[in-house]
Amino acid sequence: MELKGAEILVDGLKREGVEYIFGVNGGAAMPIFDALYGETEIKLIPMRHEQGASHAADGYARATGKVGVALATSGPGATNLVTGIATAYMDSIPMVAITGQVFTHYIGSDAFQECDVIGVTRPICKHSYLIKSSDEIADVVAEAFHIAKTGKPGPVIIDIAKDAQNNEAVFEYPETVDIRSYKPQVHGDRDQIAKAAALIKEAKRPMLYAGGGVVLANASEELRQLTLNTQIPITVTLMGLGAFPETHPLAMEMPGMHGSCCANYAFTDSDLIIAVGARFDDRVTGDLSKFAPNAKKIHIDIDASCIGKNVPVDVPIVGDAKSVLTELNKQVSTADIDPWRDQIQEWKQKYPFEYEQKSDIVMPQYVIEKIYEHYSDAIVVADVGQHQMWAAQYFKFTEPRQWLNSGGLGTMGFSLPAAIGAQLGCPDKTVVNINGDGSYIMTIQELVPAITMKLPLKVFIINNMYLGMVRQWQELFHGKRYSAVDYHDNPDFALLAQAFGATGLRVEHPEDVEPALQKAKGITDGPVVIDFIVDEEENVFPMVPAGKGLGDVIRGLS
Amino acid sequence: MNPEERHIFSVLVENRFGVLARVAGLFSGRGFNIDSLNVAETHDKSISHITLVTHGDAQIIDQIYQHLNRLIDVIEVTDLSTAGTHVERELVLIKVATDDPQKRTEILQVSEVFRGRVIDMKPASLVLEITGDEGKLKAAIDIFNTYGILELARTGKIAMLRGSDF
Repeated sequence: MELKGAEILVDGLKREGVEYIFGVNGGAAMPIFDALYGETEIKLIPMRHEQGASHAADGYARATGKVGVALATSGPGATNLVTGIATAYMDSIPMVAITGQVFTHYIGSDAFQECDVIGVTRPICKHSYLIKSSDEIADVVAEAFHIAKTGKPGPVIIDIAKDAQNNEAVFEYPETVDIRSYKPQVHGDRDQIAKAAALIKEAKRPMLYAGGGVVLANASEELRQLTLNTQIPITVTLMGLGAFPETHPLAMEMPGMHGSCCANYAFTDSDLIIAVGARFDDRVTGDLSKFAPNAKKIHIDIDASCIGKNVPVDVPIVGDAKSVLTELNKQVSTADIDPWRDQIQEWKQKYPFEYEQKSDIVMPQYVIEKIYEHYSDAIVVADVGQHQMWAAQYFKFTEPRQWLNSGGLGTMGFSLPAAIGAQLGCPDKTVVNINGDGSYIMTIQELVPAITMKLPLKVFIINNMYLGMVRQWQELFHGKRYSAVDYHDNPDFALLAQAFGATGLRVEHPEDVEPALQKAKGITDGPVVIDFIVDEEENVFPMVPAGKGLGDVIRGLS
Repeated sequence: MNPEERHIFSVLVENRFGVLARVAGLFSGRGFNIDSLNVAETHDKSISHITLVTHGDAQIIDQIYQHLNRLIDVIEVTDLSTAGTHVERELVLIKVATDDPQKRTEILQVSEVFRGRVIDMKPASLVLEITGDEGKLKAAIDIFNTYGILELARTGKIAMLRGSDF
């Protein structure tokens, strides 16, 4: 039977099990939106800005592990998706972004709302397709989903000319996908895994260093087994939080620029680092010449190009974390490293995350601690900035996919739309959005669809009336010259929430934090926004200044 | 700083629009250099062969290899500089000024030495085709420069591994 290209697309998306499409309508995508009209199997979620659509698709993917789908029109619709695509690319999130394109005979003519979206997105996607004919659509959809979710996941773009959406073709959906040039390696090399096991046996000061790859590979269980089997202390990066429970005695909490002193000192003193799905990012390692000078490195990663990119590696293992850890678990036993474990415990006790409580003003860390007390099982979606670091430090994550944040690109504005995607993907979970005053207003418009859908999001704004992280750097490194970071002209976010149609609360005193959080719990018929007015010039510590070694950490409180 | 080396990559890719842009983008986005690049369809119309010459230290060469492999449309990558012995050729077209007959005779004799072929001849110039490896072409170009090169075009290297012995 012949179907219109747009109908073929929608049928293909159904075959891929798509539940939600996040989009904004526009001229060159109208046939696709038309094909989705009245559709029950796939729910179309109209967002208020294409950036919101791409972040919502991303949040859905992070929370569920399934492929998120965003849809926009050509030109500005497509360029507005770009930040969300780049965000997903940096964190290896499986996503398919569909964009309408002008008619094929207009392509290249500077037509109205024409943009070479394939060209624009080339360095920020895993792969992309320009479809000029209806009969290509079914195969491309199947390939795009296969590529997005296998190997190292990532966003794939499908740009479809409007005539290809309109013209008819036979719908034949491929049962299997076989791409001769794309065969991701799943299983690690046996000899390399044996070498890794031997190094683990010999090490006196070994540590596990796990990242977001463990979450993406659904390998948290295998990571837990490895940690428990070997009793080796573990640090989990910002992207991996929850892959190993932070409440466990072996957990050293996150490493890096604002990580725990314990994890950073451990890197510096360690003689063996077992990296799993982590990429020795500059925010983790600090000055590379001073990073882990005494440690051999085992690096397990699905992406061969990630291994040895920043740090020389002794035992590279290319493969899926779940498969490799399963194999490695068969070859390891409890490590005989009591003095090292004692050292770790000593650092942990000596240098916890800490702040100075004040009686007259709300401390941001205090808010996070209270959020943790009240919402320890929630999915936490953070934005980017100081509040993100405090949330990472003071909320103790115990499950994978419990903590969503834009770690790689550091995209402000990510969290509110991502929380919408997460809530739709996980309707039985409470979704807490920890936001900053700067980042919240960047995508505040997405409160509208959240209200329309009556999503019970808990939007908690850590409001210090500054672009706080930048202000902190200005305070420390630019002589307190607060250039373009003063946000005292913020609107009243509680009133603004009410104007949108949500519940809005404002908290200015420490004693009001708990009652407000309690009240928020009871509101389940829509979003609640709490504007926590916090200490304006509180800084995030510990801090390893950019370019310094991990040993040069500024601990903050004396 | 580790020593820089020249490497020749032989890359088989899907013969589709946009593939070359992905390969080139991989270099431009990371600040790696392409010294020469040759792309053409193979005997299998669905596959194009790219011969790419680049340079960098061992870590950069490894990154180039890995990132080429990571591109979805790349079928196979071979670093010819490390994968075994290979053969390579390059073709150059040189238009040389031949303003007097004496000079023309000389140029034709020199061309013989390089096994060049004359593919166009006009009263004041001729076009030579010379193939060979980089060293030979450089020698030829240096000599013809002394006669006055009007125009020059070269293909960039094409290369492949030698066949196996059995």
